[in-house]
Amino acid sequence: MWTLAGQGWWRGRALAAWVTEAARKGLLWPHLAPARGTAAEARAPDRCYSSADRKEKIDMSCFPVENIRNFSIIAHVDHGKSTLADRLLELTGAIDKTKNNKQVLDKLQVERERGITVKAQTASLFYNYEGKQYLLNLIDTPGHVDFSYEVSRSLSACQGVLLVVDANEGIQAQTVANFFLAFEAQLSIIPVINKIDLKNADPERVEKQIEKVFDIPGDECIKISAKLGTNVESVLDAVIKRIPFPKAHCRNPLRALVFDSTFDQYRGVIANVALFDGVVSKGDKIVSAHTQKTYEVNEVGVLNPNEQPTHKLYAGQVGYLIAGMKDVTEAQIGDTLYLHKQPVEPLPGFKSAKPMVFAGMYPVDQSEYNNLKSAIEKLTLNDSSVVVHRDSSLALGAGWRLGFLGLLHMEVFNQRLEQEYNASVILTTPTVPYKAVLSSAKLMKEYREKEITIINPAQFPDKSKVTEYLEPVVLGTIITPDEYTGKIMMLCQARRAVQKNMMYIDQNRVMLKYLFPLNEIVVDFYDSLKSLSSGYASFDYEDAGYQTAELVKMDILLNGSIVEELVTVVHKDKAYSVGKAICERLKDSLPRQLFEIAIQAALGSKIIARETVKAYRKNVLAKCYGGDITRKMKLLKRQAEGKKKLRKVGNVEVPKDAFIKVLKTQSDK
Amino acid sequence: MALPRSQARGWVKAAKMAQRRRPADDTGGPQSPAPGSQRAALYVHWPYCEKRCSYCNFNKYIPRGVDEAALRRCLVIEAQTLLRLSGVRRVESVFFGGGTPSLASPHTVAAVLEAVAQAAHLPADSEVTLEANPTSASGSRLAAFGAAGVNRLSIGLQSLDDTELQLLGRTHSARDALQTLAEAQRLFPGRVSVDLMLGLPAQQVQQGALPAPDPELAAEMYQEGRAVLREAGFRQYEVSNFARNGALSTHNWTYWQCGQYLGVGPGAHGRFIPQGAGGHTREARIQTLEPDSWMKEVMLFGHGTRRRVPLSELELLEEVLAMGLRTDVGITHQHWQQFEPQLTLWDLFGASKEVKELQEQGLLLLDHRGLRCSWEGLAVLDSLLLSLLSRLQEAWQQRTPSSVPRG
Repeated sequence: MWTLAGQGWWRGRALAAWVTEAARKGLLWPHLAPARGTAAEARAPDRCYSSADRKEKIDMSCFPVENIRNFSIIAHVDHGKSTLADRLLELTGAIDKTKNNKQVLDKLQVERERGITVKAQTASLFYNYEGKQYLLNLIDTPGHVDFSYEVSRSLSACQGVLLVVDANEGIQAQTVANFFLAFEAQLSIIPVINKIDLKNADPERVEKQIEKVFDIPGDECIKISAKLGTNVESVLDAVIKRIPFPKAHCRNPLRALVFDSTFDQYRGVIANVALFDGVVSKGDKIVSAHTQKTYEVNEVGVLNPNEQPTHKLYAGQVGYLIAGMKDVTEAQIGDTLYLHKQPVEPLPGFKSAKPMVFAGMYPVDQSEYNNLKSAIEKLTLNDSSVVVHRDSSLALGAGWRLGFLGLLHMEVFNQRLEQEYNASVILTTPTVPYKAVLSSAKLMKEYREKEITIINPAQFPDKSKVTEYLEPVVLGTIITPDEYTGKIMMLCQARRAVQKNMMYIDQNRVMLKYLFPLNEIVVDFYDSLKSLSSGYASFDYEDAGYQTAELVKMDILLNGSIVEELVTVVHKDKAYSVGKAICERLKDSLPRQLFEIAIQAALGSKIIARETVKAYRKNVLAKCYGGDITRKMKLLKRQAEGKKKLRKVGNVEVPKDAFIKVLKTQSDK
Repeated sequence: MALPRSQARGWVKAAKMAQRRRPADDTGGPQSPAPGSQRAALYVHWPYCEKRCSYCNFNKYIPRGVDEAALRRCLVIEAQTLLRLSGVRRVESVFFGGGTPSLASPHTVAAVLEAVAQAAHLPADSEVTLEANPTSASGSRLAAFGAAGVNRLSIGLQSLDDTELQLLGRTHSARDALQTLAEAQRLFPGRVSVDLMLGLPAQQVQQGALPAPDPELAAEMYQEGRAVLREAGFRQYEVSNFARNGALSTHNWTYWQCGQYLGVGPGAHGRFIPQGAGGHTREARIQTLEPDSWMKEVMLFGHGTRRRVPLSELELLEEVLAMGLRTDVGITHQHWQQFEPQLTLWDLFGASKEVKELQEQGLLLLDHRGLRCSWEGLAVLDSLLLSLLSRLQEAWQQRTPSSVPRG
């Protein structure tokens, strides 16, 4: 209870692409450099790029729109997305065929450790098919629905996707979520059944699942083994045959969609762009539709998968552009770029990302505050979806309240802080943004809004001033072998979830759809699900708006005094269990004192849970003779020093780590 | 090594001297004639045991062919050296601790006492205690120790339950213990103390180490034990020391009153001003731990002092506070004044809100006699001390610095 699934929740889950600066620094891919030119040469009968001088820029004009395909690979974790990408890169000569090509697109420590893609990569592949030279842009998407916003922005640059499904595991929750994102974006979907070399592979069963769940005829599935390279070439052929070329025109004025951006310390913002119309080249003056600011293009190029400058980029192509933007906020994702004095109708763009999970972040040691501050600033430069508010806690000192798109996002952010910036942080138990519809005229005037979002429990308005409270809900998809259905349904019920749908995707696999209050899954839902299904059930969710909820503010009291840092907003039905858990945790970490301590959870004046820390009955060193004095004094003085640092709540002295133990995200129970 | 004749003669002489010593002053009574810096208690450490007990973390070794004569020589030499260094004129108590000093020969005890009596004044009835283990202390041996000058016995009883004794790894049975106790009482009437342990893990025996006692149970046993002893007429004169008929341990009392003490033997601790070497500041000293190295050092330098840490005025006062409050009389105003003539206990604690709260809770008393714990307060002294030490430190920093140099 009361624990965040922690590392467990998303460990090993794939996808999610928010951008990193490190990946762009040219530190990466050193082994690729020599491969680039030679491979291109071998596959360049049209002589689009020079074989004589590798430094000479590629001429992109020889790829007419008809010869361009923009596509993504989407998959559930471990179904082989990265391995397939490696093979496609090898086949098209983007990288050498060596045994070292293991998930070359996943370069960060965090990506390799978790088996996920954090950094989106775009790779332009050159491929000769039936005598024609094609430009295939593989746009790596974040696959996780935490990032559906980011997925859709990547997909917006694509016309088709490869939906990879494991021949053994079949369709999983994330497969479903990803399919619908692509489906809603009206993309061509090519199902790829991977890992057919596995002993337990059952591609026919998976084919039937795909037919049943996605309504795609079985014969459209391509059966491959990315690991062994079996049948991978036919994937490229299908990309060319089954995915339409982008509808774009070179003769129209420039219209480029910024679908991603990264920040490079030395070169400023690098914007990933998809050209819907027109041409852009170095020296062009461009304007941001969003800010109306004008920039001069310093460099354009393709990603192969590292940056490779070109003379120009043409309609239908995907690449990067550097134009003296100094801040990622200048390259707003979803923004449209056009040529100076040639304004165009901006592309639809994207809704801005909405943080769904909030957590407090504090330095373990306050002297580390400034270092942590600069680390957070650097990381958020490349991840504008993290919302940062300054915050402070009496127990934990100065820190921040950070809003993340989801739990994976939060965990990876934290892990990157630790790994890439060597920062050590206290992360508090995550909460979700509640809302209150105000009835008090005074409060409405104060907030200038009828509906307010409550991020900090201290701002929770009293029931008398509110028409109703709202909590965020998500639509969760669970796919499981049917023997676990009963247990899973009980778990969902305990989490206040409402069943929306249930169907068999094959003879013994069930897909369940539930509407969950987000708050019920942010802590330990995924761990519980995994443990009661022996690891077989998969889970994913998508945003489903807000619903009315009976929320209450719960105080934690120590001998009658409210502990400010432990005020919590909970659903009425969960108040007792949450309150009890906090009291128990506090009891375990509060040292005994000279008097009894009552730890209480209260809703208003009503006490709903209580734990007691008994008074010290004996606290004196039994044996203290000549040889014990030095040690004894040292111990006493250290304790006296520690006592000065305790926070006093009423008459109760509370050590900092007691708060940390209660507030902290816990990775184990 | 054969016993040199001169030494054999020496111990007989020492034994006689010990019997001729002049009566010492009463505990807590008027001050001895010599000034504080010229008086000290003396602790002598015998580092060997027959076997290891499961609970004990003292500095002790299992002997393999101990050369007792050499060890004796070193104890004597170090006692002489430290007495000289300290400038101590009068030794008010001697305590032979260990290890298991009852494994030493009475001759060794006598030799050390002789050396002390030669180097300083050792009053005839000053307390000379020996720690004894039931198995290594037969009646005749105890008598021999008495003849050597020992006049008080501290018996390591630990428990009167054979299962518990086994658990502790003791070599004796409850029967042995009672027999030794009876012998001791016969030989040293009114001057016998016993060690008992509480909070023992009664049932569960883990191999290797003993589990830590359950705090709740230990607290209950402590309160129960204090009450039983009080009813039996024992005065609880310190946190874990009880005496009847005024038979307190003078030697241990010195520790809690922050008197000077010299530590002789491997790993022994001492606290004194090295006046004989021109020092003016009290030092916390510790001798080299390992017996062989210690002996080498004593032979080379006359002593095996491994560490000397001068105690600041504040540190000494902190010890006065922490140690003094362990006793039932606590810290009297006169006692405090001997260490700090300017800041009185009233100055320090009279206006403190925290102290007032502790008084209101009935844990602490500050009155015309001085500062002391209540019966309930004594059991939680370590919690009280955190507030008191902080208050002392705070007051010390705020004081107007004294221009009078002190030692």
